[in-house]
Amino acid sequence: MLEIKNLHARIAEDETEILRGIDLTINAGEVHAIMGPNGSGKSTLSYILAGKDDYEVTEGEILFNGENLLEMEPDERAAAGLFLAFQYPIEIPGVATMEFLKTAMNAQRKARGEDTLSIPDFMKRVKEAAGHLNVSMDMLKRPLNVGFSGGEKKRAEILQMSLLEPKLCVLDETDSGLDIDALRIVSEGVNKLRGPDRAMVVITHYQRLLDHIVPDVVHVLSKGRIVKTGDKDLALELEKNGYADYIDTAA
Amino acid sequence: MNASAPIKHTQAESDLLERFDSAKEGLSGSVAVKALREAALGQIRDRGLPHRRVEEYKYSDLRAYMKSAAPLAGAADEAAARSLIETQDGFGDLDRYRIVVANGSYLAALSDVEALASEGVTLTSVAEALAGEMGTKLVAAPKTGPSDGVIALNTAFLQGGVVITVKSGVEVSKPVELVQVATAKGAQSVRNRVELGEGAKLRLLETFVGDTGEGELNTVFDYELADKSALAATRLIVSKTDAAQLFTTIATIGAEAELKSLGFIAGPQFSRNQQFINFTGENSEAKIYGVTMAGGKSLADQTLIVDHAVPHCNSREFFKTVLDGEAKGVYQGRINVAQHAQKTDGEMMTQALLLSEDAEMANKPELEIFADDVLCAHGATSGQIDEDLLFYLRARGIPEDEAKTLLVLAFLSEAIEEYGEDDVTEGLEARVRDWLADH
Repeated sequence: MLEIKNLHARIAEDETEILRGIDLTINAGEVHAIMGPNGSGKSTLSYILAGKDDYEVTEGEILFNGENLLEMEPDERAAAGLFLAFQYPIEIPGVATMEFLKTAMNAQRKARGEDTLSIPDFMKRVKEAAGHLNVSMDMLKRPLNVGFSGGEKKRAEILQMSLLEPKLCVLDETDSGLDIDALRIVSEGVNKLRGPDRAMVVITHYQRLLDHIVPDVVHVLSKGRIVKTGDKDLALELEKNGYADYIDTAA
Repeated sequence: MNASAPIKHTQAESDLLERFDSAKEGLSGSVAVKALREAALGQIRDRGLPHRRVEEYKYSDLRAYMKSAAPLAGAADEAAARSLIETQDGFGDLDRYRIVVANGSYLAALSDVEALASEGVTLTSVAEALAGEMGTKLVAAPKTGPSDGVIALNTAFLQGGVVITVKSGVEVSKPVELVQVATAKGAQSVRNRVELGEGAKLRLLETFVGDTGEGELNTVFDYELADKSALAATRLIVSKTDAAQLFTTIATIGAEAELKSLGFIAGPQFSRNQQFINFTGENSEAKIYGVTMAGGKSLADQTLIVDHAVPHCNSREFFKTVLDGEAKGVYQGRINVAQHAQKTDGEMMTQALLLSEDAEMANKPELEIFADDVLCAHGATSGQIDEDLLFYLRARGIPEDEAKTLLVLAFLSEAIEEYGEDDVTEGLEARVRDWLADH
């Protein structure tokens, strides 16, 4: 589903190189975890996948279901089935959450040549998904993410993910700022979406999230490269020994 | 006063002097009114149209903008007016009363005279009243600062308008739309007066349909709010015309009364919405909102002076401006607090969103406070669309144009929602979208 080949990228503004040759292949149905210390390039990778233009790809390519992802606009990527759950979901004053959800769902449907949702159909989907994630109607009436607690923001991200039904979910430190209960609710929401046609990239600092969302493959990212790949036990080993071994390897 | 050398008239000023000579026989009014017209024209003759060296018009140079002045519009064709109102109505199902002023004159035949009368609202033709005792009162513009040039222009050429009188204690059950119509090209000079009796309540919607060609549209509203009355006035200045759109409010607010207004500007090449708000009774409130959209090379000006002459009154001013292309936005807001106007609470905010590199916003908030026990604040911001917000929306599949539209709507809706009057303002979203689609 996703093929990243020799990806090099830098910050557009000051040309700081962040990614230094990433190779990564993710197949449908797989859940990959990407772990690594601060500054290793985890969030940069997620932003490049979503199409944020603060970064510049200097080498390599990304194929998403065979298409050249880097040539697509952010909204085209979303319509093609890529979803980034933001580490810091943005507050958007004046745009009611419900209105935003409807606009996003219909924009993607339109881009794919599908009919827009009827209001009752839309409401039914929202109510069902919101129920699972403990998102109240009151929250949905409020402006998107404005005044939401850390946990509420992350639940709202997963709600969007459930409703948009992406093919590839990229979760950027979804566990940050969550207490145990919120972590459980969010993880359940994510696990519900696991399926043979869907792939996930779970970016995290800590193994804790991976107790809940058990990955098929674990990668260690350090200084812009994948320095180790293993199964879920690699995450446990990292939790015990830290990243020190891998940072040295990369240097 | 210093005597100054006669000015060299611009083409538009020469046109105006000529217009007056040819129109004055037909312009109604008592002897006193005629003298006021002559004096107002004298002001134009002596000082010219307001221009950038007049402090209040520093950013909005009407003299430079008006290349010529078209003659006044002739009498309206009733059928044409009816058809324009029906085909260009932008408020769909909104249940309302209607009052029509066409080509500068009150048109009773198309106004809901009887239905309004049954609610305690009477309508009087300004053109007729000018000839009578009320004439000078209608034309006199109290407390508007030193002889405003736009008001002088209005007075000199005043054709007509309507006086809406709401009896004491009457709460008009439906919004009243005062629609100004142009069935023929030509300038319009209109004055409307709204008199609310004690405890009366009115929701007014001020709209315009038609095309004045190259003739300026100059409309003055004079609101007089008796004690405990409440007026909510929604003014739409929406058109793609090159003709200058000049709107003035003169409001006098009695005790325990409330004035709320929204001035919505979208599209004209040159527009000015100026408001002079005067508190004359205590414990009253004025909430003045502005929503402005300007693109291309257009100019849109929202100017207001709130005069706290008495204690214990609150005023709130909240203005939002969206600019594109090489457009220029102007906000001039001034709160005056007289020495004995203690416990005044005044709060003024103006915010601009610039969609292009070449757009320009002139924000000029002013406070002049002589009392020592008051709460007054003002703020002004100008900014661009937040790229992080835009990216977030696009990352959810919303195309760039639609994402920008959502963010502009969100920006403007803060002022519209605070103003309220949801049934009247819900149609404004479509107008914002229309404007954005054109830019």
